[in-house]
Amino acid sequence: MIPAFLRPMMKTHRLVMLAIALIVVGACAYYLDWSWVPTYWNSGLILEGLWTTIWLLVLSWAIGLFLAVWLGLAQAAGPWWLALPAKGYCSVIRGTPLLLQLWMLYYGLGSLFPQFPWIRHSELWPILRQAWPYAALTLTLSFAGYEGEVMRGAFLGVPHGQLECARAFGMSRFTILRRIWLPQAIQRALPTLGGETVLQLKATPLVATISVIDIYQVSDRIRHDTFIVYEPLILLALVYMAITGIIVLIFRGLERRLPSKVA
Amino acid sequence: MLDAITTLFAPGHALGLLALSPPGWGGTLVTGLIATMEIAFGAYAVGLAIGICGAFGKLYGGEVTRDLFALYTTVVRAVPELVEILFLYYAVPSIVNEILLNAGFGRIAMPPLLVGTIVLGVVLGAYMTEVLRGAILAVPHGQIEAARAYGMSSLLLARRITFPQMMSNAIPGMANLWLNCTKDTALLAVIGFSELTLNTKQAAGTTKAYFLFFVAAMVIYMCISMISGRFFAVLERWARRGQRKIERGGI
Repeated sequence: MIPAFLRPMMKTHRLVMLAIALIVVGACAYYLDWSWVPTYWNSGLILEGLWTTIWLLVLSWAIGLFLAVWLGLAQAAGPWWLALPAKGYCSVIRGTPLLLQLWMLYYGLGSLFPQFPWIRHSELWPILRQAWPYAALTLTLSFAGYEGEVMRGAFLGVPHGQLECARAFGMSRFTILRRIWLPQAIQRALPTLGGETVLQLKATPLVATISVIDIYQVSDRIRHDTFIVYEPLILLALVYMAITGIIVLIFRGLERRLPSKVA
Repeated sequence: MLDAITTLFAPGHALGLLALSPPGWGGTLVTGLIATMEIAFGAYAVGLAIGICGAFGKLYGGEVTRDLFALYTTVVRAVPELVEILFLYYAVPSIVNEILLNAGFGRIAMPPLLVGTIVLGVVLGAYMTEVLRGAILAVPHGQIEAARAYGMSSLLLARRITFPQMMSNAIPGMANLWLNCTKDTALLAVIGFSELTLNTKQAAGTTKAYFLFFVAAMVIYMCISMISGRFFAVLERWARRGQRKIERGGI
């Protein structure tokens, strides 16, 4: 008996395509040059790059989402002097390329900071001299900008009766936010958040342009060292596809855990 | 007034570095802007063509066509644009030269502008396929069935029934893709194509006025996005002509 998850594959054309795919993969494995993999795996470079990509993603996701909640809240319920700057911030972040933002912070702040002796002599200077703080900062600010807009829509989408009911129970404004508004807004935003997380993963390789050693930079370095053009890129694409798959699975699990019926 | 503006851009004044003529770097930015817009328009056209083929292929094509397009959209959307651009930047010219050599012609050196356009277009096509597919699916089924009952050929049906009705659903997504397209041209800076972002970096690096030039480039990108936002709003109003308006509080 064929298991249920394999049944969609049991069509003639799909089996033929699968066979062709297997042949292509086999040919790639056999004819292309993979001799560099053990060298760089043993030197730990590949794992180091993978780890950098993942912690950049997780860190910018968590802090960015935290900021986005406040950006969304300011736009959905704040007074105009909070709503306007929040809206402007989101528009600027969403309207300009991430690469430009990254270079502006890295080269701009990087040339500004050394002019102040108190920064140069401070405890933080050894950290500020490296590239990763700027990468993490840019990715966080960018994610906050994009998600601020998503959270605004999600906050506005929560049925009004829920909030009125909470108020009738005598909850304070902060308790309403914590118990009623935020959980329902997050639940509404969850499918969008999954897609945006994949987009954020796909934004991380840009940090290689300011010399952060993420997995993209590692593949770049291998290509420069060995003069092999395609193979490191193919492996890189597979790695990103695998991470994308994991993100999709995590969010599918999250969505299934939450009750899906929204009034 | 005009005098005040001229002095502002004179060498040594606040915005002197942004002047258009050589002591200033404004001309470099404008050259970059033109290259950016050329690539963006070209890539959008290529992406739209692929998207239309993909959407109809995915909905009405045979089983093999459908699976192949599904593979294309899934893979392209799962891998970072930067990696795809790098990959295709080497692959497209070598494939073209391979075909030319086999056909008995000599090698050609493809201009980077053309390669960049094709590469971004292929990436954009995957997203466009999904946007257009969703828009076609939102056309009421009865409309298409009625057109079939009238005996329209599938091309006539697409032109008269599907296209006009899917446009209003497709335009918001297409507007987003256009903005993504203009922003993705910045990725070509990584492979050394001199468009707006790379020219900005060069100007900033030479003059050491980093914030001035990067803020100027940001203003230019914001202008592009605001102007095109206005344009797409007009386009959407045109596409929605004749539709019933959703009143405030109608939900």
